[in-house]
Amino acid sequence: MDIIALITAFALILIGLFGILSNRNIIKIIIGFSVLDTGLHVLIVTLGYIRGGTAPILDDSVGLTQVSQKVVDPLPQALVLTAIVIGLGVTALMLAYALKMYQAKKSLNIDDYKELKG
Amino acid sequence: MNLLLIIILCLVMLVMAITAIAQKKLTVAVIASGMVGLMASVLYLLMAAPDVAMTEAAIGSGLTTVLFFYVLFKIKKTQ
Amino acid sequence: MIRNFVILLILAGLAVIFISLFGNHDSNSGLSPLAQHYADRGAEEVGAANLVTAVVVTYRGLDTLGEVTILFLVAAIVSFFLKTNGKVKEEEKKRETSEIMLTASKLLLPIVILLGVYIFINGHLTPGGGFQGGAVLATALVLVLMANPEFSLNHHIIATIESISGIVFVAVGVLGLLLAGGFLDNRILPLGTLGELFSAGAIPVIYSFIGLKVGAELSNVLSRFQIIQKEEM
Repeated sequence: MDIIALITAFALILIGLFGILSNRNIIKIIIGFSVLDTGLHVLIVTLGYIRGGTAPILDDSVGLTQVSQKVVDPLPQALVLTAIVIGLGVTALMLAYALKMYQAKKSLNIDDYKELKG
Repeated sequence: MNLLLIIILCLVMLVMAITAIAQKKLTVAVIASGMVGLMASVLYLLMAAPDVAMTEAAIGSGLTTVLFFYVLFKIKKTQ
Repeated sequence: MIRNFVILLILAGLAVIFISLFGNHDSNSGLSPLAQHYADRGAEEVGAANLVTAVVVTYRGLDTLGEVTILFLVAAIVSFFLKTNGKVKEEEKKRETSEIMLTASKLLLPIVILLGVYIFINGHLTPGGGFQGGAVLATALVLVLMANPEFSLNHHIIATIESISGIVFVAVGVLGLLLAGGFLDNRILPLGTLGELFSAGAIPVIYSFIGLKVGAELSNVLSRFQIIQKEEM
């Protein structure tokens, strides 16, 4: 069951990378980054899944003894929690920068920005 | 039952991702990327991760789409 | 066309690497020893019913401090980039927001704020916590901005909330250094019984201030993006 999720996560990463490398519109490149981030997070959470495990919250059905036989790994979930919020921050920064680029040259095509080319 | 749900979710996610990077109109692409986040949020719930599902639903498919639409609206108004 | 072909070649190479990684992966049959320690001893050492909260705030508290710093940097840089000139465009005749939208937003706003505060206060008992609660608070602001576009956030109040929350978060961490085991140790307040609201030591306090800080920062970023709609650019 988690094999399908793993394949989907790898496919999302490849689709996101293709979107970043082949698009010429700046907003489409940022959308590609967002898809790539989502794929990475699905990959990390799926790696921590144990077959037949339940959510890592101690309530009545899990009890207090032998907890490690029943729950899934809580560590990847904690890391992905941080990563999602940071992904939003990076997207907000990229969008602000794209707005300033558009204000300077009135074009959204990345081929028009040639100042740093050798 | 769970297996069928996961297969449907993953298929919809892949179709939406390909739409997001290949569609010419920007509004459709932004909404498709929001849909990818929404499907991922339900997938997290099926992978026994409710905290991550809540975070992805609020941030990945809510706030990111709103940010994109602010920028698109500003660019369209300036054109 | 040739560029697309080269990109596809590179991605095919990456796909081969992924397939070899995927073939070597066998599904876990049990937790790793570190995760076993977190799961078995988490309840008595930290006292929180939500194990992910225990890991995020206590066991890996320094990562949370780093993330709060990154969010602060993002809010500062976005405010710096989207600085307004102050020139307001000439007023175009806009359509008024409909009556249903205004009334519904006024009815929904207290409920959404209450939900956000509930989520981060109960972070150690149920799924939730500071980041989710902060995101829901930012969504409340989006609701207000969508309903009446003339609404302008008072930036001084937001900056004050954010600064005070950050200072209190670091102060609680330093208190943990002075009074208990280490930085951001939650045993400075009594651990209590598992499952009650006032349990898990200082975790409710820490998570509440993280939630307020994240909510204030995301609201600041969103309101900057909304202010430039009216400006000359």
